[in-house]
Amino acid sequence: MASTTNQAWLTVNTVRLEVLGRGQGRPIIWLHGEEGLDPSAPFIEMLAAHGQVLAPSHPGFGHSPDASSVDTVDDLAYLYLDLLAEGNLRNSVVIGSSLGGWIAAEMAVKSTERLGGLVLVAPLGIKIGDRETRDIPDIFALPPTEVLKLQYRDPERAAIDPSKLSDDQLTVIARNREATALYAWEPYFHNPKLRQRLHRIKVPTLLLWGLDDRFVSAANYGAAYRDAIPGARLETIDRAGHFPHLEQPEALVGRVQAFLGDRRP
Amino acid sequence: MRAWFFSENAYHLLPDKSEYDSIRVKLPNRYYDPKIGADLYHRFMDEWQIAEDLGLEIMVNEHHQTATNLNPSAAVVMGALARDTRKARLLILGNPIANRREPVRVAEEMAMVDVYSRGRLECGFVRGVPYEISAGNHRPTRMQERFWEAHDLIVKAWTSHDGPFNWEGKYFHHRQVNIWPRPYQEPHPPIWITALSPSNAGDVGERGYVVACFLTGFEGTQAVFGAYRARRAELKLSTPPLDRFAYAALVYVGETDEEGYAGAKKLMWYLESNKVPPQFTSPPGYHPTASTVNTMKGAVPGIFKMFQNPALGPLMENGLVFAGNPDSVYRQIMRMYDHVGGFGHLLIMGQAGFLDHDETVKGMQMFVREVYPRLKELS
Repeated sequence: MASTTNQAWLTVNTVRLEVLGRGQGRPIIWLHGEEGLDPSAPFIEMLAAHGQVLAPSHPGFGHSPDASSVDTVDDLAYLYLDLLAEGNLRNSVVIGSSLGGWIAAEMAVKSTERLGGLVLVAPLGIKIGDRETRDIPDIFALPPTEVLKLQYRDPERAAIDPSKLSDDQLTVIARNREATALYAWEPYFHNPKLRQRLHRIKVPTLLLWGLDDRFVSAANYGAAYRDAIPGARLETIDRAGHFPHLEQPEALVGRVQAFLGDRRP
Repeated sequence: MRAWFFSENAYHLLPDKSEYDSIRVKLPNRYYDPKIGADLYHRFMDEWQIAEDLGLEIMVNEHHQTATNLNPSAAVVMGALARDTRKARLLILGNPIANRREPVRVAEEMAMVDVYSRGRLECGFVRGVPYEISAGNHRPTRMQERFWEAHDLIVKAWTSHDGPFNWEGKYFHHRQVNIWPRPYQEPHPPIWITALSPSNAGDVGERGYVVACFLTGFEGTQAVFGAYRARRAELKLSTPPLDRFAYAALVYVGETDEEGYAGAKKLMWYLESNKVPPQFTSPPGYHPTASTVNTMKGAVPGIFKMFQNPALGPLMENGLVFAGNPDSVYRQIMRMYDHVGGFGHLLIMGQAGFLDHDETVKGMQMFVREVYPRLKELS
């Protein structure tokens, strides 16, 4: 599967994936969140200066077909562990954002054999409040504009004008929402067992959080994540909401670079 | 043709629409007065009994967390009607089995109503409208798959008589399924399934169940019934008789056109009051991706345009409302009938909103006396 600079297709355990590949060197797996993967997002190129970036679209997202055998985050975690194994990738850095952070955490509690480090960017996936306290706003019950206000420091920037997008782009947006519902509907954006399993993560772990994240906060949700992973560090990024890779790509990649530098193979 | 009287049991005494943003899912129930609600329940039960006395069949449906329908359990209502009626067929259309956690419980409830009514149950299964998703907390994706697994489990529970069977499916798990009572009818109550699109209609046709269309108008209904007939032809199955097809509309028969239109306008409360924001009308995965894309581009499917700004004229022109004097209503029904290749069941939405008891009963009486005899001849 060695690397290249283009969009490619990979088949892992019969599941077909659209994968964006950029750069050379140490494997950096980017697991996107519920917003999907924008191949033109600047952070991808920036990351590719530090290694071989592989960014799959999860089944149902982007152009990756639905896979009937895959309908949980647990399935996705095993799928990407299989991807690492089939490519014989070692010392990989897995970076996941939001939903992708949840997937990355689920991978790491299962096996860190092929992982050199873990970067969780405002990950979801754990339950911290009581049963009547929703940790994560219900995006399926809020008006779409309210969701953008919670997720972006600058919601204007994230608003889309459908009249300027192609059918293909609109289809990807619709599929991303559908796939998010598939994986995150219930239990809502979390696995009730994940928090008690996070202690199993024995690789260096960095948690990155937008300081203006109004969706899930660093002080509350981020701190709970940090406290559950031995030795994990929680850092915040100024002037960024829930998706710092989109609102502050340089800062995000800078933090990742420093993390990689600390952990040279 | 058989005609079925159907009411949504709405609670219509609501504050002005400007005071709330959704009549479904999140309207606080402090707006509901249980004392008024009790009177309404009894009134609606009386109207179903009157429908039976007049020679109509009875239909009940089910919705959740909404003022438009106060029957969160069709089985409870039909259980009472099974006792209070003697001859009408009792149609539940339907059980939202893609949203129900326990299909075996549905099998039990339906068997119970069937026995209680001495075999008068007609059992409908529906996917449920999109606003049911949040109320049921059930995932809006891959619903068809879950729907059919629930259906398969229910039918197997109804038709297994030799002790427990095992079910370890993709969505449902029961190791000891053995329901008591079993259904009164053999092999089980007739099954009805609603279809809004041709894709599902083929699957219903393949099984030979009754397919029902709700307010789908001329083209939508023709597409669904056509797909049903086409799938059977394709599989070389028998040509389906008319009693495999049902159409639901708002119906009000007056002595004059004016009286009929006045009644129909009151029935339109159901459409006018259906204020629901997009996050509840379009949960991701409920609608096909292509239609979501069209919606993003601002296209509104023809039929839904009429729901946005309901007006009697367009609703009648498109076959969602049959209203007027008896001759007018007969002509309107026949226009739909001829357009869609015929149907054997007319589901009459005959009560809504501010249509009071006397008006509701008069509409039924006029239909039964002046229109129904001509429709009965069609079968």
